[in-house]
Amino acid sequence: MNTKKWLSYPYTIWMGIFVIIPLFIIIYYGFTAEGGGFTLSNISLITDPINLASLWLSLELSLVSTAICLLLAYPLSLILHGMKLKNNSFIIMIFILPMWMNFLLRTLAWQNILEKTGVINTFLKLLHLPALDLINTPGAIIFGMVYNFLPFMILPIYNSLSKISDDYINAARDLGANSLLTFLKVILPLSLPGVVSGITMVFVPSLTTFVISDILGGSKVVLIGNIIEQQFKTVNNWHTGSGLSLVLMVFILFSMAILTKYDKESEGKNIW
Amino acid sequence: MAGGKLIDLMGITKKFGDNVVLDNLDLYIKENEFLTLLGPSGCGKTTTLRIIGGFENPDSGKVIFDGKDVTKLPPNERPLNTVFQKYALFPHMSIAENIAFGLKIKKKSKTYIQDKIKYALKLVNLEGFENRSPDSLSGGQQQRIAIARAIVNEPKVLLLDEPLGALDLKLRQDMQYELIRLKNELGITFIYVTHDQEEALTMSDTIVVMNQGYIQQVGTPEMIYNEPKNAFVADFIGESNIIPSTMLEDGLVSILGTKFACVDKDFGKNQPVDVVIRPEDIDLIKEEESALNGVVTSLIFKGVHYEMEVLAGGHEWLVHSTDLFPVGSKVGIKVDPFDIHIMNKPQSEDEEAATPDEY
Repeated sequence: MNTKKWLSYPYTIWMGIFVIIPLFIIIYYGFTAEGGGFTLSNISLITDPINLASLWLSLELSLVSTAICLLLAYPLSLILHGMKLKNNSFIIMIFILPMWMNFLLRTLAWQNILEKTGVINTFLKLLHLPALDLINTPGAIIFGMVYNFLPFMILPIYNSLSKISDDYINAARDLGANSLLTFLKVILPLSLPGVVSGITMVFVPSLTTFVISDILGGSKVVLIGNIIEQQFKTVNNWHTGSGLSLVLMVFILFSMAILTKYDKESEGKNIW
Repeated sequence: MAGGKLIDLMGITKKFGDNVVLDNLDLYIKENEFLTLLGPSGCGKTTTLRIIGGFENPDSGKVIFDGKDVTKLPPNERPLNTVFQKYALFPHMSIAENIAFGLKIKKKSKTYIQDKIKYALKLVNLEGFENRSPDSLSGGQQQRIAIARAIVNEPKVLLLDEPLGALDLKLRQDMQYELIRLKNELGITFIYVTHDQEEALTMSDTIVVMNQGYIQQVGTPEMIYNEPKNAFVADFIGESNIIPSTMLEDGLVSILGTKFACVDKDFGKNQPVDVVIRPEDIDLIKEEESALNGVVTSLIFKGVHYEMEVLAGGHEWLVHSTDLFPVGSKVGIKVDPFDIHIMNKPQSEDEEAATPDEY
């Protein structure tokens, strides 16, 4: 094994240059003031009511969209798995297919559909119905998040369901469990690793997004991602932007820690 | 040992696509017997077990359990339990939780469940394993837990699907004795699926030899071994010499042109037949004392006996003997009349698989 160690060098170098070093740069900026002296004011900027409200809204919207993704993805994965289709790669392709189109384009398309003069409202107008306020609402952002991140929830769940051997299900049935009990006591607990990675893969990009809220939220709904983006691009203050990024990173690490802890506990432990 | 009919399979047919796995199979299983379904892979033995367990529905035919038609019942409503080939212990539960699974579903009391876990672990010689996790156990231990998990439910029948297939030889032999002991202690019916003829001979009360979806022969291990009904059974159960011959008259058969006395009757005169002779039933004697002579062409020491091949009458005879005859020695072949088993010749390959059987 050791002889092949050099194969990992390019990856290590890549990680160092493009992940570790930038991370340290962000930490440096986050803890320094304009002149270069050490300060905590960039970090404490999160307590500013506007920033705090944005962070809170971000957490709220990403939690809601993660929950919706989970509620949609789990039954869908179950159904897909139950169909026992021979061609698994075909199913996976169906989910990947929307991702072949640019993320930005997809979101812009939804902007077109939801707009005041967009597809839906034009249609409603034809029917002489009142126009709806769809765009620039939290709902529109949640919709965009769910639409964009749903595949990241379905794939890991579908994957973990496929990995459950039929033997376990047969054994549960054999020991007297009906379909519902078999699901609750065997299938659900054994699919939790997929659920956990699905949650991570939807929650983290939802929490940090600024593109979706930019396009579907206009300037009305401002998420923490938008505030950080503004610090870097509009205000041009790298120090405050980095400070807020670090706070957000803490939140992500914290939520991931909870998830992995739960994931570990679910293995080989009592779920009854 | 013999009780009434507990399970009755009537005219079971099962197809997977165009592939007929079981064709109009009839079989009954008596109470308290250790019945083994034996055959090569693809013979339909596992499908038969899965139909009894309720994991597979037959395309036609009935499964009668204890006088009731259970053909359409799901597995969880059948009074039997299964030990799966790959153990199928729930990886997210401890050993105790695995064993308690069925009992908790039946809403048994806590103390009852605790007692049962203790009892079952003792029965399979794994006391104190309650809080271990399944993947910390060896294959043999996992298999014992799988058995414990099944028997705490006090099933009337225990189905075992090649349960020893994944174990190494020594462990497999130990587990064979273990299973016989369990069967005797529990006094329940065991239905066992295997492709290993030695396993079947060691443990079973009744062996059902299957091939290509048909039952070839049903009988006790002695019957199956000593009186195979056809060439397939003879060949599958142990090693044997199967030689195309001619039945001259009752009690006289011509094997490779040499007349041998036998005990079989009613085959008619000058009828082509197959003769089965077990390698250990052949005595090698001095050339001048035998009508059929040959030369030893190979010799292998097998521990208990020597395995020799003797070219005689144009046929390679497989011979097991404790006497040593070096390669090249000229020998005579002698077989006692009751060691010569005569079987009807199949008319075609299809018939060979489908040899109809009433038993």
